[in-house]
Amino acid sequence: MKVLVAVKRVVDANVKVRVAANNSGVDLTNVKMAMNPFCEIAVEEAVRLKEKGVATEIIVVAVGPKEAQEQIRTALALGADRGILVEAADAQPLAIAKILKAIVDQEKPGLVIMGKQTIDGDNNQTGQMLAALTGMGQGTFASAVNVADGKVKVTREIDGGLQTVELGLPALVTTDLRLNEPRYASLPNIMKAKKKPLDIKTPADFGVDVTPRVKTLKVEAPAARKAGIKVKTVEELVAKLKNEAKVIQ
Amino acid sequence: MSVLVYAEHDNANLKAATLNVVAAAQKIGGEITILVAGAGCGAVAQQAAKVAGIAKVLVADNAAYAHQLAENVSALVAEVGKGYKHILAAATTTGKNFLPRTAALLDVQMISEISGVVNATTFQRPIYAGNAIATVESTQAINVLTVRGTAFDPAAAEGGSAAIENLSVAKDAGLSSFVGEEIAKNDRPELTAAKIVISGGRGMQNGDNFSLLYKVADKLGAAVGASRAAVDAGFVPNDMQVGQTGKIVAPELYVAVGISGAIQHLAGMKDSKVIVAINKDEEAPIFQVADYGLVADLFQAVPELEKLI
Ligand SMILES: Cc1cc2nc3c(=O)[nH]c(=O)nc-3n(C[C@H](O)[C@H](O)[C@H](O)COP(=O)(O)OP(=O)(O)OC[C@H]3O[C@@H](n4cnc5c(N)ncnc54)[C@H](O)[C@@H]3O)c2cc1C
Repeated sequence: MKVLVAVKRVVDANVKVRVAANNSGVDLTNVKMAMNPFCEIAVEEAVRLKEKGVATEIIVVAVGPKEAQEQIRTALALGADRGILVEAADAQPLAIAKILKAIVDQEKPGLVIMGKQTIDGDNNQTGQMLAALTGMGQGTFASAVNVADGKVKVTREIDGGLQTVELGLPALVTTDLRLNEPRYASLPNIMKAKKKPLDIKTPADFGVDVTPRVKTLKVEAPAARKAGIKVKTVEELVAKLKNEAKVIQ
Repeated sequence: MSVLVYAEHDNANLKAATLNVVAAAQKIGGEITILVAGAGCGAVAQQAAKVAGIAKVLVADNAAYAHQLAENVSALVAEVGKGYKHILAAATTTGKNFLPRTAALLDVQMISEISGVVNATTFQRPIYAGNAIATVESTQAINVLTVRGTAFDPAAAEGGSAAIENLSVAKDAGLSSFVGEEIAKNDRPELTAAKIVISGGRGMQNGDNFSLLYKVADKLGAAVGASRAAVDAGFVPNDMQVGQTGKIVAPELYVAVGISGAIQHLAGMKDSKVIVAINKDEEAPIFQVADYGLVADLFQAVPELEKLI
């Protein structure tokens, strides 16, 4: 069975972003970029399925700027077989899902694995939208994935604890943080990845209009918290909480 | 103008998160309908009808909706929601799971986790782990939105007397089935609704040591949360994680114990009214957002705190 993995190029998780002076967005000049952490987990899960003999081929897709080739190469170095980059900067989740749907129709994967959210837009939408458009069942926020007998069992992290669902294949899974711990790419694999096939496409190739449906009017810094004080003892802390902040009795 | 609010519930009780969504709906304006989808959920419909300011309650009571499977619920909401200008759900794992699927069925670009309503077509939402707030505008025929509960004071649970209408549409998409669940049980308040939250991080060292926090929590009527590091290490279950990818809390008092204050953790708690940090490292970033910081070994400070409250 083929496995399709979608990855996104985003600001590195360790960067504290700043709002651009003209309030049009965040300032990304000279900021370190990386594969979205949840997408790394998606790639790792696909590679493990291949190692187990469940997956036969891993196709990695990115919808993003041309620099997103770097993230596809990273996925190829981790074990994906070939890549597809659809060049479209700032496409919104619905448009990305439509592009991915066209690729799913062509490639016919048994399983699609994606991150549950990206750490830039924090939308948590694209996987669910792709599942809707392709008519697949969805196992979102996965902390365990088990493929057997033409079905996949997905354990999901939900607000109350854990829920397990079973989906017929093809199905879509979005990853949560505890699904696995991604490996690092080895130098020989990074070299080998340079020779793996990478197709470059445009949204027009799939007949998808990526004009934003939702317009960003402005982006601002959140209200800053005023600096607090250090207390010296637990006694002083309790007194402050009772008498000054009045949050305990 | 008309707003459809999806009820969050467990087939027995309407969850408090629904009241925050109703509050957001009131800011948008127009007639508000609550949709209750579940199985054997009649009691929930009764509770929904009592919420102040509700025009109507629609009930889809069918086995297909018993476990809120996204494939089934999203189709229902897309069908019912067609006639509304706005469709709202809580930004809980239920809402986040099914609502984007509904939006795609309706060919709508959804807006996730709004934290403010500027007007009926303009909303605010946090991006980049809350390090920026975007104001966005949508001119689509239907607006599909999840709502960040902590950003809206709940609507009154009592005072209304809306009519209840049963829906006969019921679809099992046949794509998924429920296998089982492990729901964490404790007698403490729910993390996202508690007035006081006390959270432990990697500094707690193991799960047993969380009993130090439970003792304080039980004296204060507080909920107990955790950092991702504490959950990843297996000290406590995933439902306790606070942060960008866990739960968002904004209690009156948040006490962070043995938590360094990574941006992803701050994303989940920095809107708390009063923040206390107990950490032995005076350079820990958590102190930059703390109203009261105590540089101390938690294994001394927390038991002492328990005695003094
Ligand atoms: C994509 C992504 C999503 C993430 N989502 C989340 C999220 O939702 N929530 C979240 O919390 N994190 C999240 N993280 C992880 C985050 O980056 C941090 O790794 C995590 O919050 C660290 O947890 P911690 O503060 O408990 O551990 P550490 O950073 O290890 O801090 C432990 C602290 O305990 C203190 N300490 C140790 N011993 C004692 C003692 N005896 N007494 C007092 N203090 C002591 C130390 O001084 C230190 O400051 C995410 C990361 C990524 C990449």
